[in-house]
Amino acid sequence: MSSENRKYKWVGTRQIRPDGHDKVTGRAKFGSDFSVSGMIHGRVLRSPHAHAVIKSIDTSEAEALNGVKAVITSKDFKDQSSELKAAGEGMINYRDMTRNIMAREKALYDGHAVAAVAATTAEIADAALELIKVDYEVLPHVIDVDEAMKDGAPILHEEMVPSGIEIGGPTNIAKFVEFSLGDTKKGFDEADIIIERSYKTEAVHQGYIEPHAVVASVTEDGQAQIWCCTQGQFQVRAFVAQLLGMPTSSIRVTPSEIGGGFGGKTVVYLEPLATLLSKKSGKPVKMTMTREEVFRASGPTSGGSMTYKIGAKKDGKITAVEGSNKLLAGAFSGAPAGPACMCAVAPYDIKNVYINGYDVVVNRPKVAAYRAPGAPISAFGAESIIDEVAKELGIDPLKIRKLNAAKKGTQAAYGPTFREIGYEETVDIAMGHDHYLAPLGPNQGRGVASGFWFNIGGESSATVNINEDGTAVVISGSPDIGGSRASLALMAAETLGIDYDKVRPIVADTASVGYNFVTGGSRVTFATGLAVVEAAKDAVRQLCERAAKIWEVDAEAVIWDDGHAKPASSNVGDFEPLSLSSLAGQANKTGGPICGHNAQNVQGAGPAFATHICDVEVDPETGNVTVLRYTAIQDVGRAIHPSYVEGQIQGGAAQGIGWALNEEYIYNSKGQLDNPGFLDYRIPVASDLPMIDAVIVEVPNDRHPYGVRGVGEVPIVPPMAAVANAIENATGVRMSALPMSPPRLLAALDQADVKEAAE
Amino acid sequence: MESIQFRKPETVDEAVKLLQGADGDARILAGGTDLLVQLRAHMIDPGVIVDIKSIAETRELTKNDDGSYTIGAAVAGAEAHERDDITADWPGVIEAWDLIGSTQIQGRASLGGNLCNASPAGDSVPAMVAAGMTANIAGPDGRRTLPVEKITAGPGKTNLKKGEFIVSFNLPAKPSNGGDAYLRLIPRTEMDIAVVGCGAALTLDESGTVTSAKISLGAVAATVLVVEDAAKAIIGTKLEPEAMSALDAACQAACNPIDDKRGTVEYRTKVAGVLGRRVVSIAANRAGKN
Amino acid sequence: MAKHHISMTLNGEPTEFLCSTRQTLLDVLRDELNLTGSKEGCASGDCGACSVMVDDRLVCSCLVLGAECDGKTVESIEGMADGENLHPLQQKFLEEAALQCGICTPGVLVAAKALLEKNNNPTETEVRYWLAGNLCRCTGYDKIVRAVMSTAADMRGDAK
Repeated sequence: MSSENRKYKWVGTRQIRPDGHDKVTGRAKFGSDFSVSGMIHGRVLRSPHAHAVIKSIDTSEAEALNGVKAVITSKDFKDQSSELKAAGEGMINYRDMTRNIMAREKALYDGHAVAAVAATTAEIADAALELIKVDYEVLPHVIDVDEAMKDGAPILHEEMVPSGIEIGGPTNIAKFVEFSLGDTKKGFDEADIIIERSYKTEAVHQGYIEPHAVVASVTEDGQAQIWCCTQGQFQVRAFVAQLLGMPTSSIRVTPSEIGGGFGGKTVVYLEPLATLLSKKSGKPVKMTMTREEVFRASGPTSGGSMTYKIGAKKDGKITAVEGSNKLLAGAFSGAPAGPACMCAVAPYDIKNVYINGYDVVVNRPKVAAYRAPGAPISAFGAESIIDEVAKELGIDPLKIRKLNAAKKGTQAAYGPTFREIGYEETVDIAMGHDHYLAPLGPNQGRGVASGFWFNIGGESSATVNINEDGTAVVISGSPDIGGSRASLALMAAETLGIDYDKVRPIVADTASVGYNFVTGGSRVTFATGLAVVEAAKDAVRQLCERAAKIWEVDAEAVIWDDGHAKPASSNVGDFEPLSLSSLAGQANKTGGPICGHNAQNVQGAGPAFATHICDVEVDPETGNVTVLRYTAIQDVGRAIHPSYVEGQIQGGAAQGIGWALNEEYIYNSKGQLDNPGFLDYRIPVASDLPMIDAVIVEVPNDRHPYGVRGVGEVPIVPPMAAVANAIENATGVRMSALPMSPPRLLAALDQADVKEAAE
Repeated sequence: MESIQFRKPETVDEAVKLLQGADGDARILAGGTDLLVQLRAHMIDPGVIVDIKSIAETRELTKNDDGSYTIGAAVAGAEAHERDDITADWPGVIEAWDLIGSTQIQGRASLGGNLCNASPAGDSVPAMVAAGMTANIAGPDGRRTLPVEKITAGPGKTNLKKGEFIVSFNLPAKPSNGGDAYLRLIPRTEMDIAVVGCGAALTLDESGTVTSAKISLGAVAATVLVVEDAAKAIIGTKLEPEAMSALDAACQAACNPIDDKRGTVEYRTKVAGVLGRRVVSIAANRAGKN
Repeated sequence: MAKHHISMTLNGEPTEFLCSTRQTLLDVLRDELNLTGSKEGCASGDCGACSVMVDDRLVCSCLVLGAECDGKTVESIEGMADGENLHPLQQKFLEEAALQCGICTPGVLVAAKALLEKNNNPTETEVRYWLAGNLCRCTGYDKIVRAVMSTAADMRGDAK
């Protein structure tokens, strides 16, 4: 529960973010705001075909066009071996990556890059693209995950050998995973009721408002500078180094301010192309995707096809769950089938669970991470079927969740035994929330659903430099995607015992700070925060040593309290406390600059749980759904900056509502994307949503100095089922496929009417 | 590379001459909210862009002595929306105009552009048709007037001849006991193209009986439809349930939609009936209050 | 065809530039005048990140040609603060954390300012519909709507 007693001076307060003024005045430099002198412009030629052999590419006319400085195709990239290397939010296969950034033997989706041009103006580059002749042999394509798994489906990669499963002959199944606990047969035998259902979700795009953008400049001696909007400058460096065969030390990547990512900017698209074009042309190259390119060629998250089977006793105790999650990966392996399986029923203490998952390639852009990758998909199935059990048994849907809630000591089906967690607290708060108790009107319904995300740690490095005037600079390498600089500064201020406004946090380039893994997995405030706290403690240790030197006592005899070095006890001597600023001011006389540092692979992420309540009103004649009220309750461990914690929760819930109601990729019969723009790819607009009440629960993570768990991902897990359950509550019709758009819902309502009339 | 001319005539005659003499495609720029999107997406490659906003007649919104309005073809939605007179007299027309895009789009979007873009789903068009609006066209042969429903020929096509453009529209004086309304179905609450749009204008007598009606549907056929059977279904009635059912059926029967990314044939057809009923109720309510 | 020589007033300053017919006002602001506060999220008027005022009218600068702007008065996000003093909306957005990544923020602020100049007491629904053309993918709009309404209350002088 929220600890209102002020244990901390800065942690938990709502300060103005360090980058705020730049962002409200238009000064902040985002990806495409950057330019350098002598810069030329790069554009990408993209396949109009969903699946086609590239027989030949003739770039001679394009190269001859006045103003064109370089043209590249896959031939300019060395091939890569097929092996998995850890990077980004998953494992990277560079053979796939080099083919994704530039089609090699085949174009595998509408929008797949085929060639790129750099020219003195973007218009000339565009004109040059039209002069490139690509000879395609169009092949049959497959868009749907279930179709892709059928015998006789068009095969994307003849040579692909699936992992985790034996299949004789070519297949689109890249990977099979399974998790089990107990004995589901025994569990179903014990059950009084058993329900089995199928579900389907559409692939959805992260929908960041800022298109991908990069400026790359390679000098004649092979040194590369890359400025880009990314969630991981160190990933960009690693990927470009590998794809272009450059030493890591020769590449310096500076992250711009980032205009949204949500997982989608943990990968590379333009960066290797711009770098190679720059190398080839000898000039800095700027590339920016159009919105259409963002939709056609950058990663959405998977769509899924699921079956779930659940058994429960009359009292609501769930005895067994079986689930299968078939997730589309796009053109290359990488669907988050594992996390989908692991998260599906993680909020519950269920003794018998078997869940499997398939990673299936189809002719769509390769998926990228999107907020809690995989979890929202499987949770749509699991949280819908639990709702159905509750209804069947006449038990309140929150009560059944409380009855089955995972607690400290519960073994999750995916392996670990939970330490202190706050799931049950979220359910308790939901049950007593005035939203849950408020009356509903005609055509209105209420739904609830829960969600889980692991949260992750990973590599983080940070430096805390104490300045001569007693201020501090916090240097980290985690791009700030939603206020993390403020959180890092708050924790540094708290640890150093100085005022928040004396701490300046910056996000450094790859040459100015140690390695940091991507901003993703809800890790920055947790893991990079931990590195910052440890770096601040390192600075404090040095400050104590300086005080000891001045006092001529042992360093162990000095403690740090409220921004001052003090004698550990009266035995040490009668010394006036020395403030941080006075120690900083005489640092040159006591040993030189004071620089705290920490670098580690952070472990001990605390899992997060959420429970959401959603009210809808359904127009029974048109199928339009209005979300009337929304409450999201989440255990965050500790809210370092409560406003940005609420913001993450509200934003995640809003994205989930979009996923539930209207977002989808629409492909035509040729496998071309028919809605590559914000007009017809319908993310929620301001008038679509109510206020989203974010309720912060704080059950601290005992493995973080301030109790942080991680916030960003779990809020997108419950909404789809919460909305579906609310629609069922309003209409009696259960939607098992997303999106629940007006045409689909009206068709379902009409079908239910016909069925009712027949009975 | 750069071949598009940009011209800003100050008179109608000058504009006609530019349009007539243009090499290649000549495009009129009013609010630009469709034109610039098409330009950027390389859907069009005009030889000349003619900005008509310096022609005073295209920018005026005048209430005439007889109660009718003359609306310049390039008047922006936001400008009309700020006018109490037209908003009170023809709320349906203003609502429909106001539904074209966001507040930002409203700062530019014109009736002339929405009509001549000739999308079957243009929001203002069903309302203009229902209200009985006419377009004042200037061309090489002088001026002519056409009812709004005669302007579009099909998706992206108009019946305007080379050198012709719409200078302004006439909106009749609001009849006593008259009311109009426009509704559209979109999946979100804003920022979408109509899946179905329906406009209605009608008059009532003292007893509340419908004495005249014009009902139009958008996005359910290649051009905006005038649904005469729907009007017949309610003229002479007090909008009793049977009349409303007949109206619903007439709207559905008139539909000849396509399946596309925005809706199915079945969905569009069914919703056309629903919107027909709803829009007529609103229009009648407005008429009854006069 | 030669470029157009355009003179306009930008954030109170007389400004001249050359542009081709194809260049939008957004292109001009960003590429010719180095004012990158207005953002390109879609180039089709669907996201509002490029919102500016032209002759006191809120528009998407991606849907205005540079060539149209001769003699016009244009205000962009860069002109919103008065010297060292932020506009009350800018200040409130900072205090209430009404931004996350910040890419939509300039457009939202320009649009919100236009609303408050027209209506100093908007309802939540009015704020939401006015800002429906400003997409934000981070915040769920909650804190944006609250910040706009709370700025309006401050500007009216309402007691909190």
